[in-house]
Amino acid sequence: MSQSNRISGGQIDRSKTLSFRFDGKSYQGHAGDTLASALLANGVRLMGRSFKYHRPRGPLSAGSEEPNALVHLRSGARQEPNTRATVAELFDGLEARSQNAWPSLKFDALAINDRLNTFLTAGFYYKTFMWPAAFWEKLYEPIIRKAAGLGALTRQEDPDSYDKGFLHCDLLIIGAGPAGLSAALTAGRAGAQVILADEDFRMGGRLKAETLEVGGQAGADWAAAQVLELAAMPNVRLMPRTTIIGAFDHGIYGAVERVSDHLAVPMKGKVRQTLWRIYSRRAVLAGGATERPIAFENNDRPGVMLAGALRAYANRWGVAVGRKVAVFTNNDDGLRTASDLRAKGLEVRVIDARKGEEVIDTSGRLGLKSVTIRSNGKVETIACDALGVSGGWNPNVNITSHHRSRPVWEEAIAAFVPGEDGPVGLTAAGAAAGALSTHGALATGQAQAIAALADLGIAAKADALPQAEDAPVAISPKWYVAGGKGRAWIDQQNDVTLKDVKLAQQENFTSVEHLKRYTTLGMATDQGKTGNVLGLAVMAGLTGKTIPETGTTIYRPPYTPVAMGTLAGRSRGKEFKPFRLTPSHKWAEEQGAVFVEVGMWLRSQWLPKAGETHWRESVDREVLATRKSVGICDVTTLGKIDIQGTDAAAFLDKVYANNFASLAVGKCRYGLMLREDGMVYDDGTTARLGENEYVMTTTTANAVLVFRNLEYARQVLWPDMDVQLISTTEAWAQFSVAGPNARKLLEKVVDQDISDAAFPYMGAGAITVGGIRGRLFRISFSGELAYEIAVPTRYGDALVRKLMEAGREFDAIVYGTEALGVMRVEKGHVAGNELNGQSSALNMGLGKMVSKKKDSIGMVLSQREALLDPNGYRLVGVKPVHKDGKLTAGSHFLAIGAAPVIENDGGWLTSKVYSPHLGCDIALGYLKAGDQKIGTQMRAVNLLAKPVQETLVEIVSPHFFDPEGERLRG
Amino acid sequence: MADTLHALTALGQAAPQTRVIGPYRIEERFDVALASVASRRGREAEVASAAAAAGIPLPGPARFTAGPLYAGFWVAPEMWFVEAPFASHEDIVAVVKPIFGEAASITEQTDAWVRFDVLGTNLAALVEKLCNVDFARAADGYATRTVIEHMGCYLIRHTSGALTIYGGRSSAQSLLHALEVTAASLL
Repeated sequence: MSQSNRISGGQIDRSKTLSFRFDGKSYQGHAGDTLASALLANGVRLMGRSFKYHRPRGPLSAGSEEPNALVHLRSGARQEPNTRATVAELFDGLEARSQNAWPSLKFDALAINDRLNTFLTAGFYYKTFMWPAAFWEKLYEPIIRKAAGLGALTRQEDPDSYDKGFLHCDLLIIGAGPAGLSAALTAGRAGAQVILADEDFRMGGRLKAETLEVGGQAGADWAAAQVLELAAMPNVRLMPRTTIIGAFDHGIYGAVERVSDHLAVPMKGKVRQTLWRIYSRRAVLAGGATERPIAFENNDRPGVMLAGALRAYANRWGVAVGRKVAVFTNNDDGLRTASDLRAKGLEVRVIDARKGEEVIDTSGRLGLKSVTIRSNGKVETIACDALGVSGGWNPNVNITSHHRSRPVWEEAIAAFVPGEDGPVGLTAAGAAAGALSTHGALATGQAQAIAALADLGIAAKADALPQAEDAPVAISPKWYVAGGKGRAWIDQQNDVTLKDVKLAQQENFTSVEHLKRYTTLGMATDQGKTGNVLGLAVMAGLTGKTIPETGTTIYRPPYTPVAMGTLAGRSRGKEFKPFRLTPSHKWAEEQGAVFVEVGMWLRSQWLPKAGETHWRESVDREVLATRKSVGICDVTTLGKIDIQGTDAAAFLDKVYANNFASLAVGKCRYGLMLREDGMVYDDGTTARLGENEYVMTTTTANAVLVFRNLEYARQVLWPDMDVQLISTTEAWAQFSVAGPNARKLLEKVVDQDISDAAFPYMGAGAITVGGIRGRLFRISFSGELAYEIAVPTRYGDALVRKLMEAGREFDAIVYGTEALGVMRVEKGHVAGNELNGQSSALNMGLGKMVSKKKDSIGMVLSQREALLDPNGYRLVGVKPVHKDGKLTAGSHFLAIGAAPVIENDGGWLTSKVYSPHLGCDIALGYLKAGDQKIGTQMRAVNLLAKPVQETLVEIVSPHFFDPEGERLRG
Repeated sequence: MADTLHALTALGQAAPQTRVIGPYRIEERFDVALASVASRRGREAEVASAAAAAGIPLPGPARFTAGPLYAGFWVAPEMWFVEAPFASHEDIVAVVKPIFGEAASITEQTDAWVRFDVLGTNLAALVEKLCNVDFARAADGYATRTVIEHMGCYLIRHTSGALTIYGGRSSAQSLLHALEVTAASLL
C-alpha cells in the first residue's frame, strides 16, 4: 500500500508526488521528503546492514548525524556510496540501493557475523591476525575489508563537474535554526555583510520539526517568514544545502554547497557541488544539538530511533514511523515527543528512566516488534513498532574543536559545551552553546551577533525577541541499562557495543583516546555524533570517574563526509593544472612535434620527420644535423631575471659561488648557485647589459625557486643593498642557434655585425632583427658554436619561422629537449640529474669555481672537511667497453670482480643517452675518486633489472665531445 | 636589413580575441605596453617627483590610477607597473627610462603578460568563483595580486562592471579557459 505511514501535517508538498526506487522496488513520496522520510512513509524501516555484524538497521536519526541508513544513491557512473538517506533530498526518479548486504537486505549471508559476536569483539583483529605477519597484507586484510565495509565505488569516471569559490563576510552564521536566524536578523539589520549557511535544504533548524510556537505563530512559519526577510536584504547571503565542513586558520571556513544533489542530473552547465572557502571576520556557530541514545540490549533494531527524530518525521514530514510507539527518556524533551505523537493520534507508551523505568530488551528480526520494560522490579513486554529514545542532547561542538579546543562538561544539561579556546573569532549560540530552549536560542543568537559585530565596530540593535518557550532542561543522566549481555549499541555505525567498552576497560584501554582506537568508537564516517559522549560516559561509569575526569575526544574536519570530487573541483584530467606554451608552440604543432611536460611548460621533445618511426631516429637526426650544420631550440622556458641597481654586481657576487663583480659590460658568464649547506642547487649564465643592469638565466625547473631565493636575499639578508628584481622569463622569446653554421645563419637575420671579432665568445648585447629590438648572447649548452637570440615574445613565432627560412640553405633543423639532452651529456654539462641537491661543485668537477676570495651563500659550508674528501664522488664520463654495451641511468659502479654489496658501491650513473656522434651509449656518473680512475674499467650494474644487467665500462672524461672547446669558440 | 617580424597575441593569433558569454565580455588586449618601475634605494622622492612631472601615476598599495597617457598600479613597496599605449610606447623602456634616469630601475614587461579586460553586469559573481578577491566590496581602482587556477595574476577593479586581469603570457590559453568555463557556469 502506498505511503501507508503517511499522516496529516508536515512541510511536504503533497501536490507533487515523486516516484523513486529502493532496492529495485518502486515507491512514491512528495516534494520536501528525504529518502528516509519517504521510505518510512511507505512502511520501510529496514534500510541497511551494519558495518561489522551485518545487523539489520533503519534510520536512527532524521539528520546528518545518521549512522545507519547509508545507501548507494543513483546508479552507473553517478552512483554515490554511503549517502545518508536521512539527508538525501527526494527527487523524481531517485534510485537507491542498500549496501553491505548479500544476497539481499532481508537475507544477508554475512549476518553470520552476528552469531559469532563472541569472537568479534573489540581488539579481535589485533589479537587474531598477528601471525604469520606475511598473511596480513595479502590474506587477512583483503578478507576483512571485503566482509566489513560500507558502500562500493563503481570505478567509473564521475560524469559531473565540481567547482570552488571564495566568499567574504563580516559574519558567518553556521546553522539557520532559531539561534542562527536570530543572529542573522540582528546582523543583517545592522548592515553587516552576512552569510547564513545551513546544511538542510530548508532553513529553520529544529523549528521545522517542532510544534512549538514563536511569536504566536507556528515555529516553522515564523522561521519561513524570517528567511523571507533575510532574503530581501542585499547584505545577507543565504546558503541552504551548504555544510560548513571545517574551521581553518584566520577565520577561513570550508563549505560544501550541494548545488545539484537534489536533482537527478545537474542542469546543463551546472556543477554538482561547490567547495567554498569563506573568509569571515567573525563567525557564530549556531549548529544546534544532536540527541543521544541510551544503550540497552538490542537497541539497534529498525524502528528504534532517537525520540526527536520520531517527532521530526511526524511534524515535518507527516510520517508515523509506527502506529504503536514507545518513548524511553531520561529528560523532558522525550516527553515532548510523546505529546506530539499523541496529538497525531498515535498510541504512545512512555518509559521514564527518572521514574525507575527502563527498556531492557527489544525483539523483531528485521524491525521492531516489541520492547521489554522493567519498571520498578516488574518486567513486561509490550508490542510496538517504533521506539523513541532520548538520553539528552549534545551541543554540536564539533567545529569549535577543529583547532584542538576541548569541549567542557556542563553538569546542568549533562553535556559538553564548547571550550573557551576555540577558533579565534568563533563563538557559539543556541543549542550549540548549551542554550537548549527556543528562547535561549533566540536570545544567545542575538547576543552573539551583537558582540561579534561590536568587535568589528558595527553597532547592532537588540530588537525585542518574539515570545518562545523557555523550558529548563530537566534531565537525570542515564547512559546504559545494566544487567544485559552487553549487546547494547553505543556507536551504531562502527558496531561498538557496551561489551566492547567494558572489554577495553578490562584490558586497561581506559583513556578516551585509547578507547576510541581500541574499539573504533567514533571512527566511522559520522565521527561518532551519536555515540561518542555515550561511550565515554560508559567508560567513566566503569572506571568510577566523573565525565570531566574521563575527558572527551575531539573532532576534526570535515563535519560530514565530503566527496573527493568536491575537493578536486575542476582540477581533474587535462584541467589538473594550467599549461604554459612556448613562443614557438604554434609552429612546433604545425611540424607535428611531440611535446613533453616540463613543469607546466609544454616543450618540443623531438620533431619527427616523415618516415621516422622511432623517437631515436628523430633525436639522432636532430643531434647530427646540429653538429654538422645548425640546429635551433626554443629555450624561452629558462628562467630570466632582470637585476638592476647600484649594488647589483655586489649582490650577484653574494648569490653566485663564482666571481661576478669582474664581469664586463657586454659579456656573460656561467655561474653556480649554492644552498646555505654548500650544495649546488642551480646554474646558468648571467649577462651584464649595462653598468647596473644584468639578466640572469636559471634552469627551467628552478626559475621560481631562484627568483624566490633572490627576493629573500634582497629583502631579508641584505635589505640595505640597492637591488631591484623582476622576472622577465615570459617577456622574451629566446632561441638557441647552435652548430658550425650558427653564425652564418644569424648573419642573415640579425641587422648588426656579429662576426667573431664584433661578437666574441661569451659576448652579450642588444641587436635588432628586421628592426625589432632583440638581444643576443654567445653561449653554448651543446658545445657547438652557439648563440641565444631573444626578441619580445610576440615576435617569437615570426623569429622561428624566419630562422628556419634563412637556415634552409644550411639544412637547419629545430631540435627538442631530447637532442638537447644528448648534446649536453656529450659535452659533460650538468643538468637536473646531476644537480640532485646532494652534490657539491667539487663533486661536479667545478670545485675551482667556488671563490674563497669573497663570501657567498654556501661558500663556507661547501668547504666542510667531508665535502673536500679527495676520494669523494667526482663527475665522470662512462662508455661501454664494447660498443654495443647497454647503459642504464641509476646503475651502480662496481670494480671488476667485486660483489654487488653496499660496501663495494662506487657510485652511480646519473644520465645516459645514445650518442649518435660516438655511435654508442654514453653516460655521466658520480664515481668515488672518479678523477683518479679515468681510463680504468669498471662494471655498471643495474640491480633492478631482471636478470641483473651488467656492462663493462670505461671511465672517461665527462667531456666526450670537443673537450678543448674549440668548436664553441670558433 | 632583413624583413621585419610579425607579431602574435598571447593567444597565438594575429589579432586579439574577444569572447562573449552571456552577460560577460572577455577582451584580450594587445594595445598596451607595460613596464615595471622600481625606485632605486634612497631615491624614492626623486622617483615620485619625476613621475608626477611626467604624468605617470604611481599610486599607493593595492591601487590603480589612470592618467591621460599613462596608468599605473602598485605591485610591491616602491615598485609599480606602468601602462602606456603600445602604438606610441612599444619600446617603453626607451621612453620611460629618461624620465627617471638612474633614480629607478625600469624593465620591459609588455610581453611577459596577457591582459584580459572583463566587462559585465555582475562581475562579483564571476570573481568569487575565480579567486580570493572581495570584488563586491573593493573600491574602484583596487589592484591586487591573486591566483586564478594556480596562475599568478594581477586583478584591477575599474568599476563594478569592468576589470582587468594580467596573467602570465605563456598560460594565456589556460587563463582564458578558466575565465570562459567560470563565466559559462554562471549562466
